[in-house]
Amino acid sequence: MSEAAHNEALDLHHELEPLYSPPRTRFGFLAATNHSIVGIRFMVTAIAFFLIGGVLAMLMRAQLAGPDTQFLDPGQYAQVFTMHGTVMMFLFAIPMIEGFALYMLPKLLGSRDLAFPRLSAFGYWCYLFGGLILLTALLLGVAPDSGWFMYTPLASKPFSPGINSDIWLVGITVVEISAVCAAIEFMVTVLKVRTGGMALGKMPLLAWYLWVTSAMMLVGFPPLILGSIMLEVERAFGLPFFDPGGGGDPLLWQHLFWLFGHPEVYIIFLPAAGVVSTLLPVFAGRPLVGYAWIVAALIAQAFLSFGLWVHHMFTTGIPHLSLAFFSAASLLVVVPTAVQVFAWLATLLKGRPRLELPMLWLYGFFFIFVSGGLTGVMVAVVPFDWQVHDTHFIVAHLHYVLVGGFVFPVLAGLYYWMPQFIGRRGDQGLGRLAFWLIFVGFNLTFMIMHLTGLLGMPRRVYTYAEGLGWEIPNLVSSIGGFVMTIGFALVVIDILVQWRFAAISPRNPWKAGTLEWAMPTPAPAYNFASQPHVTAREPMADEGDLPAKLATGGGYLPGHRGGQRDTLGVDGVTGEPEQVILLPGPTYLPLVTAATITGAALCFLFGIYWGAALLALGVLCCGLRWLWDTGLRHEPEPIDAGLGKLLLPHPAVAQSPGWWGMIFTLVFDATFFASLLFGYLFLWTIAPNWPPPAYIEPAPVIAALTALALGLSAFAAYRAVAANTRSDAGGTRLWLIVTGLASFAATAGLIAIPVFLAPSPTEHAYGAAVLMLAAYGALHSGLTAVGAGFVSLRLARGFLSPRRSLDLRNLALFGTYAGASGAAILAAVHLMPLVGSL
Amino acid sequence: MNRVAEQRDTRAHADVRSFVEFRHARPTRLRAKGCRALFGLAAGALALGGCAGELSILEPAGPAAERVATLWWIMLGGALVILTGVMGTALYALRPDRGTRQFSERRVLIGWGLMFPFATLLALMAAAFWRGEQLLARAETEDTIGAHSQQWLWSFAYPDGSRTQNVLHVVAGEEFTLALTSGDVIHSFWVPRLGGKMDAIPGKVNRMRLEADAPGTYRGICAEYCGIGHAHMEFEIRAHAPADYQAALAADSVPGDSEPVLEQRSAPAARIIENWADYLLEWLGVQ
Repeated sequence: MSEAAHNEALDLHHELEPLYSPPRTRFGFLAATNHSIVGIRFMVTAIAFFLIGGVLAMLMRAQLAGPDTQFLDPGQYAQVFTMHGTVMMFLFAIPMIEGFALYMLPKLLGSRDLAFPRLSAFGYWCYLFGGLILLTALLLGVAPDSGWFMYTPLASKPFSPGINSDIWLVGITVVEISAVCAAIEFMVTVLKVRTGGMALGKMPLLAWYLWVTSAMMLVGFPPLILGSIMLEVERAFGLPFFDPGGGGDPLLWQHLFWLFGHPEVYIIFLPAAGVVSTLLPVFAGRPLVGYAWIVAALIAQAFLSFGLWVHHMFTTGIPHLSLAFFSAASLLVVVPTAVQVFAWLATLLKGRPRLELPMLWLYGFFFIFVSGGLTGVMVAVVPFDWQVHDTHFIVAHLHYVLVGGFVFPVLAGLYYWMPQFIGRRGDQGLGRLAFWLIFVGFNLTFMIMHLTGLLGMPRRVYTYAEGLGWEIPNLVSSIGGFVMTIGFALVVIDILVQWRFAAISPRNPWKAGTLEWAMPTPAPAYNFASQPHVTAREPMADEGDLPAKLATGGGYLPGHRGGQRDTLGVDGVTGEPEQVILLPGPTYLPLVTAATITGAALCFLFGIYWGAALLALGVLCCGLRWLWDTGLRHEPEPIDAGLGKLLLPHPAVAQSPGWWGMIFTLVFDATFFASLLFGYLFLWTIAPNWPPPAYIEPAPVIAALTALALGLSAFAAYRAVAANTRSDAGGTRLWLIVTGLASFAATAGLIAIPVFLAPSPTEHAYGAAVLMLAAYGALHSGLTAVGAGFVSLRLARGFLSPRRSLDLRNLALFGTYAGASGAAILAAVHLMPLVGSL
Repeated sequence: MNRVAEQRDTRAHADVRSFVEFRHARPTRLRAKGCRALFGLAAGALALGGCAGELSILEPAGPAAERVATLWWIMLGGALVILTGVMGTALYALRPDRGTRQFSERRVLIGWGLMFPFATLLALMAAAFWRGEQLLARAETEDTIGAHSQQWLWSFAYPDGSRTQNVLHVVAGEEFTLALTSGDVIHSFWVPRLGGKMDAIPGKVNRMRLEADAPGTYRGICAEYCGIGHAHMEFEIRAHAPADYQAALAADSVPGDSEPVLEQRSAPAARIIENWADYLLEWLGVQ
């Protein structure tokens, strides 16, 4: 780089760095929305929880090291194993993925931030606060204690009368808000917030992996969130969803839990597989074999993973034909995994692999993950599962899959991207020692645990008697566990040492081809001083001087335009630049919103229901305040985006991130609703003690009027959009008022169902389910009414024009969804009893 | 914690173990020897424990367990071959002096990625389905024995009206059907040496068929976590020669229901974890 170019790059850096960083005030760090900062916070917090979960594991291994140990009593042991699973799954694995994707996605896609930076920060605070609720409970000795999958009726009020189960249900639900926010954000980001020229087929594979993972999170989490709400409502108010005495069914909980729980395994595995697919070609010295094959395989894997949740329930007395179906599906999901494994092997064979430290972790991954996959095939075989289900064989299998399939790739990635995070890359000696300790310790712990299970040791026993042959395997497992712990401690020390003392890393130290290496290390807050135009899958391999060109402003959107943060938005398929996405600055609003939600959750937890209701209203106010900051109050001019592109800012573009955000939010919402309908029909057809003592009072007039109001609301919202397109402000306002009034009427009609028509919700699961459905419908109609008022206000304040119409279009979309789901609710509530009484 | 204490105080101090008469009848079987040898080959460490044990699924004593044990050895063999193949290939790729960098990617992906798992899994699935069909209980038969679970006790009700607790008496060499129910939370009935487990779920009746080849005592445990007494929710099946059955059942029969029992162990560390703050203050000399 010439001196002039060097100075130019430095000037750009000094202008952009403060613009994208949080304010330098005392509490400015609380306002951070930058994706790198939030991503690193997520990952560091997740690692802290991993260490906590590890300590819990060591308590268990200490207890089980010998027979009849008197270290923990059964009650404490129950808290320890429940929290170990809960912490590792919900507070380590998923947040780690979120943090990694938050940090890495914009860098991979050549952009400056994610689609909704404030949402990332909000998600982080929800995760932190929810995690702290659980952690506090652990320290106070009132942690959840019914196992991390919380089977009812053990987790129900009569058998878990303490606050323990409530902590789990409320705390985890707060944490899950972050997962859902992240899923929506990643869906939109990968679709729209890429750099110019990056067509779908030119995206790095890791972006594909993270995209598919996000889609799975979007439809995987709703059943869990629904189940948690139902169980918490049952515990708090006595609505008997899972109580067989009142027409509920404990198996409904298992279905809802595993509908989430199995995809969860793939949600955890796919990003890790993405890391493998990213690192392996770098160290094999050639591009990965079968890009299109892998994309197809992981999409197939995502679909199949939703069809095998019942394989966690083979011993619950499910009909044999469904067992065969789910067994077949469980075996079928091996095929896309095999495609990936053989693509990796072929890449190794075609290339000249170097066994550097990250690659060593990948070899460890190969051995452990393939072993876990093979035992997974075994437990998919129903008769074998009947024997080993709920034994230590399963414990061993799931650790092989999750540690092999997630922790090892994560550690590979950690060492690989270390120069990105800290700008340094050090000696690999300590890292290699740590690898061998963890690898040997892991196999020592868990390989023999298969045998422990085959010898009949069930999981979750706090002690065992002598003479069953379990002593030696357990002792070996405990020793191995402590060896592994020393290894993890060494990794932490290694990271700290490198962070303080290691040599400054050169740019792109591994000679990788993806865009995250086209920036200085450690990564600056703004990522790229100008955004690249991409013509190949590995832009760095393609264009040697790319980093210098971008740093001097030779790409899209060089520098900034009048202190406005921005990034390129593209056509989802072709990657053609389409809009300039204006990014929000640092704000305390995410923190305030998350704190309000946590306050509401805590109020609910301690039975202060009026406080919870009040704070829920506070959350609504925060949300409206949040939305108020979006959009523009003037008609924008096209912006010179560089490289000869003139683009409009996103509030004036039809396919803006906000529009796609609403679509993916509704996908989540619809899955939630489908789970609710599934629960209703499941109770109706399968639960014991049906039919209920009484059905809903027939009320055809109220039902018809409610349906009419729902239809009118959606229709009027579309008329408002049309009026706005004609620049008819008066007409827009009129139709918005109609939308608001009609939704209000529909809300009243839906509230009338549980209040006047349905039998008591506490007597029978039928009434409880009807209440749940009506509440869902009323919430959506009510939000439509609030939305109509909000958009009217925005109209009056000049946020809307024929081009700036996102508010109206999103309202129409949401109103249509509220209408459609409301109609389905009316049918389910009013028509089902007619069918049932036939 | 408190619930256990209450139950300990209010209920009789009966010990689950007192029902259990340990018998160490372990017929030396060819299979047990064979399994030791195979495990020794598979991984040296595993051989230490051996495969025998009163709760070992690798020492089957009934047709259902027998079939699953065979299935396990076949699957283990197959898994080892595949694992060796994959790891061997990955390690071979590290050799700098090797040849074979020229091969068709498509052929690898179609042959090994698609066709190989398809063929293997299809065979496995067919075998598993056929096996499963043999193991399932079908319609309710005359001689169904009721197995009712509650925290932390199993009670058995026989067709002739007899009842026993934590011991199930059956006739050796004859298949019997169990109807599993639960009075509180989910439990799971498992006698590893005879066959797979089945959950006892409140509000539901699950059926399973088992058979013991020879007279003897076979230990069983609850396999689904069911609260703090889970680890001690043990029971056993006693298989008798047809001639001895009635007498044995009559001798063990109890009238009506009896209270749940739970073995208690004192746990010194428990208090430390419960009152860690006090301990910390004490250690610091504040208290």
